[in-house]
Amino acid sequence: MADITLDQIIKPENLVYTKTKLMTDKVLSYCPGCGHGTAHRITMEVIEELGLEEQTIGIAPVGCSVLAYEFMNIDMQQAAHGRAPAVATGIKRVWPDKIVFSYQGDGDLAAIGTNETIHACNRGENIVIIFINNGIYGMTGGQMAPTTLIGMKSSTSPFGRDAQRMGNPLKITELVAQLPGTYFVTRQAVHTPANVRKTKRAIKKAFENQRDGKPGVSFVEIVSNCNSGWKMTPRDANTWMEENMFPFYPLGDIKVDGKLV
Amino acid sequence: MSELKLMKGNEALAEAAIRAGADAYFGYPITPQSEVIEYLMAEKPHERTGMVVLQAESEIAAINMVYGAAGAGKKVMTSSSSPGISLKQEGISYIAGAELPCLYANVVRGGPGLGTIQPSQADYFQSTKGGGHGDYRQIVLAPASVQEMADFVKDGFELAFKYRIPVLILSDGVIGQMMEKVELFDPIPRLTDAEINEKYPWATTGKKSGTERRIITSLDLDSHKMEEHNHKLQAKYKEITEKEVRYELIDCDDAEYVIVAYGSSARIAQKAVRLARAKGIKVGLFRLITLFPFPSVKMHEMCGKGIKGFLAVEMSSGQMVEDVRLAVNGCSKVAHFGRYGGIVHTPEEVLEALEQKIIGG
Ligand SMILES: Cc1ncc(C[n+]2csc(CCOP(=O)(O)OP(=O)(O)O)c2C)c(N)n1
Ligand code: SF4
Ligand SMILES: [Mg+2]
Repeated sequence: MADITLDQIIKPENLVYTKTKLMTDKVLSYCPGCGHGTAHRITMEVIEELGLEEQTIGIAPVGCSVLAYEFMNIDMQQAAHGRAPAVATGIKRVWPDKIVFSYQGDGDLAAIGTNETIHACNRGENIVIIFINNGIYGMTGGQMAPTTLIGMKSSTSPFGRDAQRMGNPLKITELVAQLPGTYFVTRQAVHTPANVRKTKRAIKKAFENQRDGKPGVSFVEIVSNCNSGWKMTPRDANTWMEENMFPFYPLGDIKVDGKLV
Repeated sequence: MSELKLMKGNEALAEAAIRAGADAYFGYPITPQSEVIEYLMAEKPHERTGMVVLQAESEIAAINMVYGAAGAGKKVMTSSSSPGISLKQEGISYIAGAELPCLYANVVRGGPGLGTIQPSQADYFQSTKGGGHGDYRQIVLAPASVQEMADFVKDGFELAFKYRIPVLILSDGVIGQMMEKVELFDPIPRLTDAEINEKYPWATTGKKSGTERRIITSLDLDSHKMEEHNHKLQAKYKEITEKEVRYELIDCDDAEYVIVAYGSSARIAQKAVRLARAKGIKVGLFRLITLFPFPSVKMHEMCGKGIKGFLAVEMSSGQMVEDVRLAVNGCSKVAHFGRYGGIVHTPEEVLEALEQKIIGG
């Protein structure tokens, strides 16, 4: 073994994986173990595989993924907190042949931006929404989100979320699935290789829907971890997510081809 | 073809948007400017020019639709009245920060709060001193006629794209609602997609291979870069201040006194000037057309030429008067007169204020 040099290993025929050219070389700003990076990568892989990069415009939210435009190597706009679906609407309405998607966290999409989310979905805008639900405000240091589970601790629910005083977690994905303007609504995860593959298929379907002019929003929720905000190791966060988040936010398709599953 | 028509100010604004080659209008109804979106919907601009008109779920959504479409290189506008304009401020700040071109109109009503649906000029501070957060400015055009409601749409879009800046048409309930004859300018064709791609190398239209990707953002976490960006913005505002000041001087050549006013107040003040002249009082009118940039240099120059006093007339408790004071800078007397909260002053009241506060005061 000692005789093998790096040059002998680094050969085209030994290549098993490369980063999509639609991710820049910029080092991700996400905490190690965070699901945002994986979600970025598979979204960009899908756009590359579908050959849509020259006509795609992405929208970054306010949240940990505010800098998505630094990492996604395509034309991007950064939107005000919660307003990405309105920004997407503006772009898609004046450039109907382009592919437009927003990438948003749960605070962004389901608290401050609920109105824009519901109405873009209800109007049936022909866009893709990728929704990262980590049950917390990661960026601002772990405050309670609209999606925070009952009993879950955050910096603004230090003794756990209490429904009576703090309200209930919002299943916005089930809500938008009820609207006639959504065409595809699914909930996935990216914490295991199998889930990554499934989620990538879902994202691909979402972009294909838009490319093919299928009427309405394709909405992909990704239940994800926020190990920093949850104050857990990445591994514990994933286990906690499986045991607590998935029962409340069950994975799977909710609406396919305009029909509730 | 240019065309002569009898129209409401709001309708003239809407018709001018179609003729100016606007690609989209996003709005939300509010009195006294709902005629803008009503007119646009009735005109079917998607058939006339291909222009998109969309009633948004809120003013917040509307301005963010403007942000998106403007960031993608299109000619877009919105309009509202005071409470709705307050809701748009976050978006306008983002548009200013990201240096996007857009046009919007405020048909001002009395405030604060829900206020009244009657005309007012109480949004002067909001319009000229920032409005939203951060160190930014916007060009503010103040129409005083239905004709200018139409013409300023064309001028406003030109300025917006020249400087990549939000341009505000600051109107009020009088100008928005009154009917006058208006000569509509000849339609300008909308830009083609290819023209947009060629003219606006900053617009997000999809990254072409071998080209740099384009990013629309107002964020920079590096405060040194953010300061640099602010320097760039300030340089642009300075250039605008030097080059884009617009005003009209009426009967000022031999004037001893000057009334300063804009919009509907300027129309009323013009009548007051006539009443005063009939009494032998030598008074002129300094009608502001751009509120930002403010014509400070000209105003100061006039006060050096023997003007004994300036009366700032506005439908507010005294907002524009602060800029008059700054311009005059103590070299002449300045007073304020205005009715507000939805009350429109009469020419007689303006004349009386001139006599009491400036001539006799
Ligand atoms: C108008 C406005 N309000 C509040 C904030 C502060 N803020 C920034 S990110 C954020 C929460 C983001 O949480 P989420 O959307 O869940 O994204 P995550 O960081 O968890 O991915 C908040 C409240 C802001 N930037 N703008
Ligand atoms: S704070 Fe949470 S959401 Fe943000 S990068 Fe870290 S782990 Fe991810
Ligand atoms: Mg979150």
